[in-house]
Amino acid sequence: MVSDPVVSLVGVRFTYGSHLVLDDLDLAVGAGESLALVGRSGAGKSTVLKLINRLLLPDAGSVSVEGRDTRDWDPIRLRRRIGYVLQEIGLFPHLTIEDNVALVPRLEGWPLERRRARAHELLELVGLAPDEFGGRWPRELSGGQRQRVGVARAIAIDPPILLMDEPFGALDSITRQELQAEFLRIRRHLRQTMIVVTHDMEEAHALGDRVGALEAGRVTFARTALTR
Amino acid sequence: MRLLSFWMSHGEELAAMIERHLFLVLWSTTIATAIGLPAGIVAAHRPRVGRPLLAAASIGQTIPSLALLGFLLPLPFIGGIGPRIAIVALIVYALLPIIRSTAAGLRSIDPAVIDAGVAMGMTPRQLLWLVELPLALPSIVAGIRIATIVGIGTATIAAAIGAGGLGEYIFRGLSMVDSTVILAGAIPAAVLALVADGALTWVERRLASGRQRPSGSMAIAAAATLLAILVGTAAFGSTGSGAIVVGSKNFTEQVVLGELLAQTLERRGVRVTRRLNLGGSFICDRAIRSGDIDAYVEYTGTALTAILKQPVEKNPDAALTTLRNAYGRAGLSVLPPLGFNNTFAMLVRRTDAEALGLSTIDDLRRVEAQWRPGFGYEFAERADGYAGLLNAYNLRFSTPPRAMELNLVYRALAVGQVDVIAGDATSGLIKALDLRVLRDNRGYFPPYYAVPIVRSAVLLAHPELREALDQLTGRVSEDDMRALNAAVDVEHRDVAVAVKEFLQITLRE
Repeated sequence: MVSDPVVSLVGVRFTYGSHLVLDDLDLAVGAGESLALVGRSGAGKSTVLKLINRLLLPDAGSVSVEGRDTRDWDPIRLRRRIGYVLQEIGLFPHLTIEDNVALVPRLEGWPLERRRARAHELLELVGLAPDEFGGRWPRELSGGQRQRVGVARAIAIDPPILLMDEPFGALDSITRQELQAEFLRIRRHLRQTMIVVTHDMEEAHALGDRVGALEAGRVTFARTALTR
Repeated sequence: MRLLSFWMSHGEELAAMIERHLFLVLWSTTIATAIGLPAGIVAAHRPRVGRPLLAAASIGQTIPSLALLGFLLPLPFIGGIGPRIAIVALIVYALLPIIRSTAAGLRSIDPAVIDAGVAMGMTPRQLLWLVELPLALPSIVAGIRIATIVGIGTATIAAAIGAGGLGEYIFRGLSMVDSTVILAGAIPAAVLALVADGALTWVERRLASGRQRPSGSMAIAAAATLLAILVGTAAFGSTGSGAIVVGSKNFTEQVVLGELLAQTLERRGVRVTRRLNLGGSFICDRAIRSGDIDAYVEYTGTALTAILKQPVEKNPDAALTTLRNAYGRAGLSVLPPLGFNNTFAMLVRRTDAEALGLSTIDDLRRVEAQWRPGFGYEFAERADGYAGLLNAYNLRFSTPPRAMELNLVYRALAVGQVDVIAGDATSGLIKALDLRVLRDNRGYFPPYYAVPIVRSAVLLAHPELREALDQLTGRVSEDDMRALNAAVDVEHRDVAVAVKEFLQITLRE
């Protein structure tokens, strides 16, 4: 098992109404590791992510981030340490691309110049020319471009943990492969601890150092994880 | 053409009315936004609280505006004659669109956007200010736009309770049966509504496009402009202190009598504020008792039965004594009668009177099966009104009476919508519309001598008031009154001018 995990779930049970979603789930992710969770829709993949950033609390068991139970975390401080990429992206339609990317730094009270420099750096990193895209509105971008912005926004203050919920699920297959490759390139610069959930086995193997299957409320690991 | 020349000759007054109209609408919409915006946020975030909140606002919206003003009149702090109560009523109407559109705007935000905000560690407050409100802003502005337009329309009713505004022309026009004067108020009100609609639609579009966010400095400039207008109009809204406030009911003769009191005082150098066209007897009575007005002219019969709820007294002197005692206890002085007796008169079309040979109220029994009576709201309700009339003359109309605005009754009779009405014996319209008075052969209607009612405290503080008003005692005959009414209603002359000419002749010393 992973020693000294950054994220760990121990004996977690979670019910949604009368429906048992997670049952006695154990999971540990080490520093700098990338874990991919695959599962059918409704298997509880998103629930796992929401438990980690305390959007949800478990009915039983414990969820710890950096060694501390999420119940003991100030939820705001916790979430600032965790980048989150959603399938629907959820860019703020009333903010420009640059302002979307620079929003968390703004919440953190960074001065304007530093925010702007960081936003440009990030847009550059995700392959969008800052001068061309920084002043545009989210609805003026293609789906792939928007998801790049979503990734840039999630890593804006370089959080130690990155959660991705079906990050490329809504894209066509060509854009999707392109973005996966791009993301792996980005990741070499970052080395965040990362958990990505997907229903696509190929994507799981592409993005995860380790791949777990979420089924019947638990995670099982394939014995033969692909190594690259 | 008449309309244009009316506006030209009333330019200053028109400007003041527009300013007052805007004052009412701006204040009420601003306050309603200050209340409605947080209420809308609560309604969107907590449906359990939101539903009853919206229901309450909806109920407020359904109360007819005149009824709402009636409910608010007797309340402490917000009640009384003047702009305050009108603003409160307008707020009630503005709340629903603002709350509803705020809640709708917030609820229609893409949940993924909210999720993203929460997941990045926004506090609820940051989420509200940085995400939810900016995204709901176009919808909120749409609600404010609707509230403003509704407010501009509804504010015309405010004139009924003496709050002023363009409605004054509308009510004045109704009482003079002069569509030019009605239009003189209605057209600017409609233009105001259109301009407000256009301006706010433009703001809405700009916000919705998402291209142009108002920068901080722009928002501050806009807020400062609004504040400046509010403060400017607030100064306008307060009435000058020290002036004697003269009121009147909302029909021509009363406006003439109010003007008569006002000019008589002004001829003696007394400063006067006019609150004419206030409403019915009850509104004027409340206004003088609460000190909102200092003087108005009442009729002895009305005061006795409608206000003091006393039995009818046919002896004028006995009636006056009773009045002086009862009013005196309330701190009000009843001055000697002006002269004329404006009793109620049952009126019919002259053609009918001649064709059917009608000359007395008794004769109405011949037509009671077919004829439709029509009355002002007050006559329909009062003990010395319709019910008493039926008893005294043993009348039984097969059609229930149609109640309407007093000024519309004459017109309704003239055009044949009703066949017999109760009107004023001194009305200038009797001649103008070719009507006939049926003689009160059983002496049903009590005397209605016109007497100025003045607050005793004001009389004590200003001895010159008494002196000035005593000049009018017994100087206004029934013929004088009919002539004055006709000058305004039939010849469309300006009230102030007609009264001035009358006083120049009558008080020539």
